[in-house]
Amino acid sequence: MKVTEKDVAYVADLANLELSEDERRGMLRDLNSILDYVDRLNELDTSDVPPMAQVSDRYGVDEAKQGSERFAYASREDVLEGLRKSLPHDEALANAPDADEHFFRVPKVIER
Amino acid sequence: MDVISLTIDAARSAIQERKTTALALAEAHYARIQKEDGQIGAFLTLSKERALEQADRIDRMAAEGKPLPPLAGVPVGIKDVMSTRGVRTTAGSRILEKYIPPYDCTAVARLEAAGAVVLGKMNCDEFAMGSSNENSGYGPVRNPRDLTRVPGGSSGGSAAAVAADMAVFTLGSDTGGSIRQPASFCGVVGLMPTYGRVSRYGLIAFASSLDHIGPLTKTVKDAAIVLRTIAGRDPMDSTSAEVPVPNYAAELEKPVRGLKLGVAKEYLGEGLDEEVRAAVESAIEKLKGLGCEIVPVSLPHTPYAIPTYYLIATAEASSNLARYDGVRYSHRARGVKTLSEMYRRSRDEGFGPEVKRRIMLGTYALSAGYYDAYYLKAQKVRTLLTRDFEEAFTKVDAILTPTSPTAAFRLGEKSNDPLAMYLADIYTVTADLAGIPGISVPCGETREKLPIGLQILGKHFDEATVLRVAHAYEQAA
Repeated sequence: MKVTEKDVAYVADLANLELSEDERRGMLRDLNSILDYVDRLNELDTSDVPPMAQVSDRYGVDEAKQGSERFAYASREDVLEGLRKSLPHDEALANAPDADEHFFRVPKVIER
Repeated sequence: MDVISLTIDAARSAIQERKTTALALAEAHYARIQKEDGQIGAFLTLSKERALEQADRIDRMAAEGKPLPPLAGVPVGIKDVMSTRGVRTTAGSRILEKYIPPYDCTAVARLEAAGAVVLGKMNCDEFAMGSSNENSGYGPVRNPRDLTRVPGGSSGGSAAAVAADMAVFTLGSDTGGSIRQPASFCGVVGLMPTYGRVSRYGLIAFASSLDHIGPLTKTVKDAAIVLRTIAGRDPMDSTSAEVPVPNYAAELEKPVRGLKLGVAKEYLGEGLDEEVRAAVESAIEKLKGLGCEIVPVSLPHTPYAIPTYYLIATAEASSNLARYDGVRYSHRARGVKTLSEMYRRSRDEGFGPEVKRRIMLGTYALSAGYYDAYYLKAQKVRTLLTRDFEEAFTKVDAILTPTSPTAAFRLGEKSNDPLAMYLADIYTVTADLAGIPGISVPCGETREKLPIGLQILGKHFDEATVLRVAHAYEQAA
């Protein structure tokens, strides 16, 4: 067993999930079964293999450049041309479960 | 005239030549949805007002004798992970049950600009996470070819609607096979373009380095027409590529004679259903008969694709789905006292079991102490999987494989075993990881009359060859 009950509680906490007792039991079983399967990746020696974060990291970039310069094709001037305007206030708030005319409203943030 | 089961060109010309109207076409499709969809469950929301307004616009153009745009009056369905201004968009999740987007997905906007009539939004697995459409928060979709079976997933509603003639075509999204596998299960054509070919602006994110938008259609030519419409750089999506978009439909008729097509033994091994194998082998023979050269290739890291995929996709999902916090647009639990309680209970109530499972797995794979062992390891194997294809494509123009190891399975058959469900994507996930294009085209049926799909994979930004091979096979079959 790689994942313990304690791990499940810790990860649920990180993920902002509560999870019922039943769900935690199921999670323990499923995560262990999936991670056992995933372990087959350790059959491969990857010590000299670079990680691949995304496809555009390999294609379309300027190979001669370093860092963010490689993605020059994706950058643009900081102007609104061709872009959607920012949403009007009322539209941005329209889907909120709770809002007044200016702000999203949430329960008390600071406890004391 | 019969206005159901038309292709794009047939629908558009019928309207142009005034044999029918866009309005009649839309209404005929709505009548069909009314009659058929009760037992299939492909549509989640109908956008009638928007559809009829657009149909009217097209009919006025036709009445004035103006040349119609390529998709004029064509009734389409949009997978419910793509935002539609003023039309509810749920991603198949209860957490977005009441969400009305304030803007349109670029792909949808481009379809409408080309004249398409958006009938409504298609059912799918919650946040596109699933291979059977059983993970939808709004109930499953049933396969029109056999109502006891799944339509595949996650674009199950999109595939079923095309198969049941409830739309001329639909848009789906593909992160691990979610366009091609349901296309295969329902007997339609499903195209996943190259990563970066189609803007994802307005697509509700699942795994950003893997998500693609593409069409599900009745014919390969229709897929070519739709791709041309939705493809190309979009300033609103920095991952959309500045690569010229060919006229795919015009290139379909180029001969396939002399093309080199790869066949990889890793895709024809253990776990492949015998009837599927026979159908795919006979499709390979058919292409050989058309003058293609069949070349054995090796993609040795294939057995590692599923574990790699499920680490990367869940890690990205755990981050992308953090935004559903009950503050701005998603479900909020009632009676909560603190902010932290609000986040947890809202997410607990809003997300279904598979989404929670993937958020947990992804969070675990990214957490301190496990990042290197899981996430980083998977990123490195992703490089190896991509190199396999690069190596193979030095020898061949495209690669032929089955789309899925089996035909459509029964509802409930795999729903209690996440790992068994994940393995349904075994032939499709690697293309997503490598970012190459792929299509599923029908290649026969099992003895039980269930459709089988042939997958054709191509080089980056070479959808033209993928479509050409698929078209040649379709015409010969």
